[in-house]
Amino acid sequence: MSANAKVEEKLFQNRYRVDSGHPHIQIKDEELCASQCETRQCTVCCPAGCYTLEGNGRIVLITDGCLECGTCRIICDDYRNVAWEYPRGGYGVLFKFG
Amino acid sequence: MAEKFDAIVVGAGPSGNAAAYTMAKAGLKVLQLERGEYPGSKNVQGAILYSDALEKIIPDFRYDAPLERHIIEQRMWVLDDESYIGTHYRSDEFNKPPYNRYTIIRAQFDKWFSEKVQEAGAMLICETTVSDLLMDGKRVIGVQTDRLGGSIYADIVILADGVNSLLATKAGFHPELEPKNVALAVKEIHFMPQETVEARFNVNGDAGVVIEMAGKITKGMMGTGFLYTNKESLTIGVGCMLSDLKQQRISPYQLLEEMKAHPSIAPILDGGEMKEYTAHLIPEGGYKAIPELCGDGWMIVGDSGMFVNAMHREGSNLAMTTGCFAAETVIELAAEQKPFTAKNLARYREKLNESFVIKDLKKYKNMPDVFHANPQFFTAYPEMLNQAVHKMLRVDGVDKKTKEKQIMANFKQRRSLFGLMGDAYKLWRAFE
Repeated sequence: MSANAKVEEKLFQNRYRVDSGHPHIQIKDEELCASQCETRQCTVCCPAGCYTLEGNGRIVLITDGCLECGTCRIICDDYRNVAWEYPRGGYGVLFKFG
Repeated sequence: MAEKFDAIVVGAGPSGNAAAYTMAKAGLKVLQLERGEYPGSKNVQGAILYSDALEKIIPDFRYDAPLERHIIEQRMWVLDDESYIGTHYRSDEFNKPPYNRYTIIRAQFDKWFSEKVQEAGAMLICETTVSDLLMDGKRVIGVQTDRLGGSIYADIVILADGVNSLLATKAGFHPELEPKNVALAVKEIHFMPQETVEARFNVNGDAGVVIEMAGKITKGMMGTGFLYTNKESLTIGVGCMLSDLKQQRISPYQLLEEMKAHPSIAPILDGGEMKEYTAHLIPEGGYKAIPELCGDGWMIVGDSGMFVNAMHREGSNLAMTTGCFAAETVIELAAEQKPFTAKNLARYREKLNESFVIKDLKKYKNMPDVFHANPQFFTAYPEMLNQAVHKMLRVDGVDKKTKEKQIMANFKQRRSLFGLMGDAYKLWRAFE
């Protein structure tokens, strides 16, 4: 849990323009994450901690802090259950240094 | 009504800028599309700029490009939990112009490069995401953007859209990226006074130091860490193969936190103020993972084409070089009035084959497989090396001959003589 707290502190330094109501990443079938996926790699490997495992076995995805690296899309290769697009032009993370 | 261009370049990173600049300079009508607020706002790199590749495009870039420090010293560290054994190479030769490589801040550098591209005559549109390629049968004839009425046409579309190239993947130009072919790197930038940077690294003026690190910081995963000096900041990061992170269930930021806490690294960062945290995939699949690079009406350059030399930490120079070659191919074919068919564009691949780009990637084509199959290079060896040096340096009344025997016994116990020889052979074959 402390790791999660830390990633939020890190993300706090970054600049974003949030596209309200238009998340650029979505879980295709939430039921699949809860019932079939055993590894739930997205909850471990996402460098922005966008994926959280809830107590009921469901995965909650909040893309606001997304670094747009594409890790979740590539790592979900057993089920390909992540619908991933780049944010609309101008939205998303805006690196000051990069 | 839709406007038509000679060429559309998707992306304003090093490869896209190199391509757009070269074509615009030759008088072609070029449109460049960038999804960020400004060029560089979506781009992440270590970041080292190797001057050679850029110098071939803009010979006098040193006079006004935003550069941080030129590198006069490279350190390579092999880390155990509490120690490191390393080499430092510093040369005053590297401290004399023209400098060979620099640290840069990508957001600033890409913005500058893009200004040059626009001065050369290319049209740049930012805040515009390309959602699809427009096709006429098998031939690419333009792009679909997320702007209203956003279809734009061109004779050739150059994909410089980065490692996570949805466009190339969606169009079936290259297969989906596999976790074993990409590394995930996370990085932070820590600001501190210029004098502090210079005192900690024993440099002055614009000179700088880079540290490349391997060993237990990656917990047996194939990967490396890095620490680069900028003018008044340090960038520190660590990257590992995605397949390894997946298998070992390690969170990348946790890895970075532990690296920052290493007793050899923490004092260097002490007192700094962290101002940005970034993550990026690095295409490290090497030669065997290079996709198709061109077809009717399209070409792929930079990260999207797997153009990264993971062994030597080179990427942006390959990106610029491939961007240039693609542009030169377009310019030549246009001059010869030949259509941009897969057959004619194959000239791009020929240019690559003759250059350091493919030669270097080919040289290390077996490297990823060797490291994947032999995690001891990232666990047992760093430990064994550090322990051996520790033993020899500790003065404790034990004679040196006995110490040598103990070290050798430890090596054999950990890896067996056969294993040691086998590993040496594997490395030698992979580097051959």
